[in-house]
Amino acid sequence: MSIARSKLSFPHRHLLGIDGLSRPEIEYLLDTANEAVEVSRQVEKKRTVLSGRTQINLFFEASTRTQSSFELAGKRLGADVMNMAVANSSVKKGETLIDTAVTLNAMRPDIIVVRHHCSGAVDLLAKKVTCSVVNAGDGAHEHPTQALLDALTIRRRKGRIDGLTVAICGDVAHSRVARSNIILLTQMGARVRVVAPSTLLPAGIERMGVEVHRDFMKGIAGADIVMMLRLQRERMDGAYVPSLKEYARFHGLDEDKLQRAAPDALVMHPGPINRGVEIASAVADGPQSLINEQVEMGVAVRMAVLEALAQHLPK
Amino acid sequence: MSHAPIALINAHLVDPVSGQEGRGGVLVVDGLIQDVGAHVTRAALGSEIATIDCAGDVVSPGLIDMRVFVGEPGAERRETIVSASRAAAAGGVTTICVTPDTNPALDNTAVIDFFVRRARDNGQVRFLPVAALTKGLHGREIAEMGLLGQAGAIAFGNGRHSVSDAQVMRRALTYSRDFDALVMHVAQDADLAAAGVMNEGEFASRLGLAGIPREAEVVMLDRDMRLVAMTGARYHAELVSTTLSLDVIAQARAAGQAVSCGVSINHLTLNENDIGDYRTFLKLMPPLRHEEERLALVAGLASGKIDVIVSDHCGQDVEAKRVPFAEAEAGAIGLETMLAAGLRLVHAGQVSLPVLLRAMTSRPAEILGLPQGRLAKGAPADLIRFDPEEPFVVDPGKLHARCKNTPFDEARLQGRVKMTMVAGLPVHE
Repeated sequence: MSIARSKLSFPHRHLLGIDGLSRPEIEYLLDTANEAVEVSRQVEKKRTVLSGRTQINLFFEASTRTQSSFELAGKRLGADVMNMAVANSSVKKGETLIDTAVTLNAMRPDIIVVRHHCSGAVDLLAKKVTCSVVNAGDGAHEHPTQALLDALTIRRRKGRIDGLTVAICGDVAHSRVARSNIILLTQMGARVRVVAPSTLLPAGIERMGVEVHRDFMKGIAGADIVMMLRLQRERMDGAYVPSLKEYARFHGLDEDKLQRAAPDALVMHPGPINRGVEIASAVADGPQSLINEQVEMGVAVRMAVLEALAQHLPK
Repeated sequence: MSHAPIALINAHLVDPVSGQEGRGGVLVVDGLIQDVGAHVTRAALGSEIATIDCAGDVVSPGLIDMRVFVGEPGAERRETIVSASRAAAAGGVTTICVTPDTNPALDNTAVIDFFVRRARDNGQVRFLPVAALTKGLHGREIAEMGLLGQAGAIAFGNGRHSVSDAQVMRRALTYSRDFDALVMHVAQDADLAAAGVMNEGEFASRLGLAGIPREAEVVMLDRDMRLVAMTGARYHAELVSTTLSLDVIAQARAAGQAVSCGVSINHLTLNENDIGDYRTFLKLMPPLRHEEERLALVAGLASGKIDVIVSDHCGQDVEAKRVPFAEAEAGAIGLETMLAAGLRLVHAGQVSLPVLLRAMTSRPAEILGLPQGRLAKGAPADLIRFDPEEPFVVDPGKLHARCKNTPFDEARLQGRVKMTMVAGLPVHE
C-alpha cells in the first residue's frame, strides 16, 4: 500500500457516487483495495498514509457495520477518527444540514464520511465544506463504497467482472446499493439483471442498462452472482408486498431456488440480513455465500477510498 | 383619473383578441383606452396631446396572472403586496389573482376585506383575491361563497391542495352555480402523489427521489370533470402539467362544459432534467415533467387547448430551499420573468406572439369576466411596452420579489418590459 503505483492517481476530491467514475478509476480503487486486504490480514495493521489527519464520521442514519468499517479503515491508515452521534446532537435541536456541515468544517477535519436519509444530501453538504467528503449512503441514491466492496469481492472470487451475469434481487426501488451496483457493474462489463415484484421496481429501470425480471426463477436462471437486497420491515406488510410470507415464497432465496443459478454461483447480501425473508439461513450460512467476505472487503475498500482522497489533501 | 390624455404612438400593436398585429398607437383618456389603431398617429392627434414614441416596440394589454402567492396576511417575510406589486409592474403584470393559502386563509369576509384594503392602499397593480373554496382550505366544509364574492373575491380555489372528498367537491360545485362563481382547482390525488417530490420516471429513479406519476393529476381531473358534468359549474383547472390532462379538458369542453385550464410558465419552458444536481429551485408542484410533455404542452398552447399561462409565483425563503431536495418546499417566483420566458417559445417559432399574449391577457380576462386584457376602445388602459428582442441575463439580486428562488437564475432571456401602465398611469419605466 502507498508504494509508488501506476502513474494514474484518483482525480476526484470527493467520492459522492459511482456515477461519474470511469472504468480505470474504479479499477484503480479496486487494485488499491486488493493490497489493503493483505494489510488487514497482518498482525501489524497500522499504516501512516493518514497520519495526523482527522476523519469525522457523520451518520444521520443509524448504521453499525458501515460506520465501524469506516472507523477501522481510517484508524488503520493512521487517522484520528471521530464518530458524530447525530441522534443526540444539535441536529435534533433543529440545526440544518448546512449549518452542521459548516460547523464541522470549522473544526478543520480532512475527511468527512456522511450518511443521510435524503437523496442528494451528501452532494449538498460537499458543496459547503472545504475538506473531502465520502458518501456512506444518501437516501435511495448511491452507496458507492458498498458497490466497490461488492465488485472487489466478485473480482477476487471470479477473477473478473466483465462478462459475468449478476442478478440483483429484491427492493430495488428503495435501494441505494442497487443503484450504485447497477452503475458500477454495467460500467465494468457485467450483464446486470434486476429481479423484483413490480411494486419494488423503480420507474424507468429498464433504461438503466439492465434486464428486468418479475419472475424470480427466470431472473436468477444461470446467474453467476445472486445479490440479495434487504427488504425494510415497513414495506413488507401490505404497503408494497402483501406479506412477509408471500414475499419469502416468491422472492426469497432458498437452497431450491439457488439450484436455478449457475452451478458455481455465489450469493451476496449487503446486510444486515432478514433470515427467512429475502434469504434462507441455509443459503446465508452455506458454501456459496460471500456475506462475511463482503464485510472484510468493506474495510479494504474504505481504506483504498480514504487513501485515494488523501492525495488531494493539502500537504 | 384626472390625468391629462396621453398617447403611445409608433408602436407595434398586438391585439390578443383578434390576433392582429401592426403599427399604430393607443390614446388613453381618464384611465381608459379612448382610441386604438393604425390611425392613432402624432399627426392625427395634434399637438395638444402628450405622446410617447414607442419606436416600434410592442404595445399590448398588461398581463393578467391568475396564480400568485402573496404572503399577506401571515407570510410577509416571503412576499408582501408592495414587493409583489413591484415585481409585477417590472414584469408587465397589471392584474394579479392571489391564492387563498395565506395565514389565516382567505376564507372569511374580514380577511378578504383586509386584503382588498391593503392592496388598494399599497399595490400599484390590480390585486384580485381568490377566496378559499373550503373553510381553512381543509377540504371539509364549503366556504361562504356568496358573502366572499360580495366582499371582492374573484373566484374560489383551494390553494395548493386538492379537495380530496368527492362529496365536498360536488357540493362546492353545485353551490357555486347559485352565484355563478368560478371554481379553480389544482388537481392532484394526494394518495397517488404520496411522498413524491418530482416527476416519476427514469430521472427520478436515477436520483433516488420518490416520483409523482402523471396519473396523480389526471385521476383527480377526471373526477372533477364528472362532477362538473353533474353540476354544470364553471371550472378552471389551475395548473396542468401533462398532455393527458389536456385531453380530459378538451373532452369536457367538447361535451359543452364550461371548463378551462392553465399551465405555469415553468412547465412550458423547463423540464425535469433541469433539476440536474438536486436543484431545489426547480422543485415545483405539480412537478416538472419529461421534455415530451413540455413539448406537448407548448403544442396545446398553440392549438388553444391551454387557455391561460400563469407565473405560479411562489416565494420561498432561503431556509426552505437550502435543504436536501426531498425536504425543500416547492415553488418558484416568476412574476418578473413570465413574459421573457414565454417569449422563448415565440423566438423558437413554436407559438406566435398574439397566441402567447392571449394566454396572458384576454383569455384570463374572459374566464374571470374582467374588462381589461384587451386593446379595445373603452377598456381599462392597462398597457405594457416591450422590445421582444432585447437580451438580458436574469440577476436574482435585482429582482423585486422578496425571495429570490427563480428557476431562471442567470438565464439568458429576451424581452424586457420597458413600461407598465395601470389605468393610464405608469407604474414601471
